[in-house]
Amino acid sequence: MTKPPALEARGITKAFPGVLANDHVDLRLAQGEIHALLGENGAGKTTLMNILYGLYQQDEGQVFIGGQEVDIHSPNEAIAHGIGMVHQHFMLIPVMTVAENIMLGVEPRTARSRWLGFIGQLDYRRVESRVRELSSQHSLEVDPTALVQTLSVGAQQRVEIMKALYRQARILILDEPTAVLTPQESEELFQIMRSLAERGTSIIFITHKLKEVFAVADRITVMRNGQVVGSTTPEQATEQQLASMMVGREVLLRLSKAPAHPKEAVLSLENLSVNDDRGQKAVREVTLRVRAGEILGIAGVQGNGQTELVEALTGLRPIALGQVRIGEKTLKETSPRQIMEQGVGHIPEDRQKRGLVLRYSVEDNLVLCTYYQRPFAKGLIIQHEAIEENARRLIEEFDIRTPSARTPAGTLSGGNQQKVIVARELSRPIKLLIAAQPTRGLDVGSIEFLHRRLIEQRDAGYAVLLVSAELDEILALSDRIAVMYKGEIIDTLPAEQATREEIGLLMAGVGGHKTSPARQPVEVN
Amino acid sequence: MDFALIIALMPGVLASALRFATPIAIGAYSGVLCERAAVINIAIEGMMLVAAMVGDLVMLYTGNIWLGVIGGMLASGLLAILHGVLCINFKTDQIISGTVINIFAIGITGFAYRRFLATPTLTRPIPSTLQPIHIPFLAQIPILGDVLFQNRPIVYIMLILTFVLQYVLFKTPWGLRTRAVGEHPLAADTLGIDVYKVRHINVFLGGLVAGLGGVWFSLEQVGHFDMLMTNGKGFIGLAAMIFGKWTPVGSFIAALIFGLPEAIQITMNFYFPHVPYQFLSMIPYVLTMIVLAGVVGQAIPPAADGQPYDKQ
Ligand SMILES: Nc1ncnc2c1ncn2[C@@H]1O[C@H](COP(=O)(O)OP(=O)(O)OP(=O)(O)O)[C@@H](O)[C@H]1O
Ligand SMILES: [Mg+2]
Repeated sequence: MTKPPALEARGITKAFPGVLANDHVDLRLAQGEIHALLGENGAGKTTLMNILYGLYQQDEGQVFIGGQEVDIHSPNEAIAHGIGMVHQHFMLIPVMTVAENIMLGVEPRTARSRWLGFIGQLDYRRVESRVRELSSQHSLEVDPTALVQTLSVGAQQRVEIMKALYRQARILILDEPTAVLTPQESEELFQIMRSLAERGTSIIFITHKLKEVFAVADRITVMRNGQVVGSTTPEQATEQQLASMMVGREVLLRLSKAPAHPKEAVLSLENLSVNDDRGQKAVREVTLRVRAGEILGIAGVQGNGQTELVEALTGLRPIALGQVRIGEKTLKETSPRQIMEQGVGHIPEDRQKRGLVLRYSVEDNLVLCTYYQRPFAKGLIIQHEAIEENARRLIEEFDIRTPSARTPAGTLSGGNQQKVIVARELSRPIKLLIAAQPTRGLDVGSIEFLHRRLIEQRDAGYAVLLVSAELDEILALSDRIAVMYKGEIIDTLPAEQATREEIGLLMAGVGGHKTSPARQPVEVN
Repeated sequence: MDFALIIALMPGVLASALRFATPIAIGAYSGVLCERAAVINIAIEGMMLVAAMVGDLVMLYTGNIWLGVIGGMLASGLLAILHGVLCINFKTDQIISGTVINIFAIGITGFAYRRFLATPTLTRPIPSTLQPIHIPFLAQIPILGDVLFQNRPIVYIMLILTFVLQYVLFKTPWGLRTRAVGEHPLAADTLGIDVYKVRHINVFLGGLVAGLGGVWFSLEQVGHFDMLMTNGKGFIGLAAMIFGKWTPVGSFIAALIFGLPEAIQITMNFYFPHVPYQFLSMIPYVLTMIVLAGVVGQAIPPAADGQPYDKQ
């Protein structure tokens, strides 16, 4: 007999009110293997992982680790069985240091004070040296003394992986780790995953990006509607096949679009500067225009001022210098609601913080921008029927997978939370859509749908400002591409002339008009 | 006013500032314990009042002041358990639970006062307050000795508690878990920490601490229970906690600032009776309102403060 699988799930079934999230799911994870788990939004991937990690209890089914049946009732027990998990939404405490986040729950105490038990003195030095050791062992760059809230998303993710390694995880669950990473960061993550797998760690890797599956996975399992629909290897599968397996129909991975017919400028920025939270200039003298009937894509590695730019345009952050015009109106200390009423739609980058009220129902979230207007309110009275009708229509149209319109938005799967926001913003009368990472966490089918919608909106005369760290998305949708680097727009190219390589270089700060000695703000038109 | 006189009065004023700061600081520590674990406790005032009453009652019936102290703390701890169960398990609105406990405290202590304490059939021990302890040698140090080392026991306990809590909260596993549960309970849960347990323990300890603040009134300061004798000090304690940015040492300093006007007022009354005392006695309350209105600096509470945690 060969080695028993590192982890095996048999017949796992889990129901939530109104949905069967897992329906007799089987999964075999071999020793030292990187196993990709694919599936559309709401297929039940996260639920299955939460069961393996002890956060949820299965209704039926068994879990085996190294051939032994185990009962996992809490994360504690999962950790004891060598399971570590990096969650789809990070589980870090921003105001604490990396070391504190890592040691939480398994705190070492100094030798002198060990007898004091829970009120012994935390041994920071031991944690820090252990973290440094693991850091060099797995080439996983983590500074244990840094405060988590000062770290980039990629660095936070490394902290999450470090948390698992520190607990000596031999089975590592990564739930959509690349959703928030830049391409370079993803590549670094794959290096780390490969080296961990070589040392015998078994990894479950959830993603919606098919390219990544081919880059790292040894095996692939696909889920749909709570069931496993198949298992294969990268050698045997093609992207197109996997996409169809996930969604259950043919998916167009590349959309064709007609040339744009841009009209008048809807959004104009003149020498716009915006400060970040620490008062440093994050956006520097940006001048650009977005016209009706075109999609302007802003490419750039995350953290080059895109977030601050979008926040300034949507009224969430003050404008330090310069001018923003939407249509004929100049923004000046304008509230987000006033901007919304100007006809601006916003798909925010952080869906849980800025996009949704997680405790509110799906139907209420769908009218968050319009609840005070007709037909959702008459005078001071909320019109529940209109809200319900609106929800019914949008859930259908945008294929939001939810047990009911009354379900709290926070319990939806990550991708379906995103669809609620998209549906809300596209269903009200807007002339400008500001979309920041709009397809983050969406499955291939939903991405196809959303991309198609964005192009339709464009053709209907909307102006679209698309901010994305996905180069593929920028290239597929944009009519013009502006590259942002260190807060400046260093170049703007018509999409048909742009190549991947050129944009990639610009994103790294190589080339571009702005690097010329004249340093003239570039008029973009 | 005579400058020399003011200098001569200084140690006395400082000593009584420390004394008046004691229940405020202890109230603040109770708040720190609860809110660091994300449970808002506005019932500290009520818990103190009940502890003051029960303390006197136990002293009356056992003849032992220290048993009174323990009895008062346990009574307050019991109320804290109630608050914990309501807020943590039943997810009752924390402000409402706190308000209910405060109203209950006023009722029950008023009743007990009229029934048992106003005209007691038993006699209280003599003396019926905790007596000052002079720390040998240290008490002789000029000024410092008068202020710090000739105090009554609860003042010393408060001082020690300041540093113990500061250490525990920021240097120990227990403190780390407490803060984690107060900032991001789900993250703590995914690391195997029992969020409910941590919160219950903290709220209970917070109740015991509030009780200590309560018995200060009846058993250290006055010698018997009076109706509503805590006089809003529990609420001022909460203001001190916010002012002190949810840290024990910060709360202590804030409590001193709140205690000082009262001490000055007492001294002024004695030496300068023609100055209307009402103005000085207003100061702690006015300060409290200013602090609670968020004027003094930006205070950031624990991120999950006041939010119940839903376990799957
Ligand atoms: N805590 C919960 N309460 C109620 N329903 C839930 C809960 N968690 C998940 N669900 C439901 O279970 C189903 C599966 O969700 P799950 O999060 O596992 O999907 P997923 O495959 O991870 O999707 P995504 O790719 O969008 O993250 C969804 O229909 C979701 O609404
Ligand atoms: Mg998921």
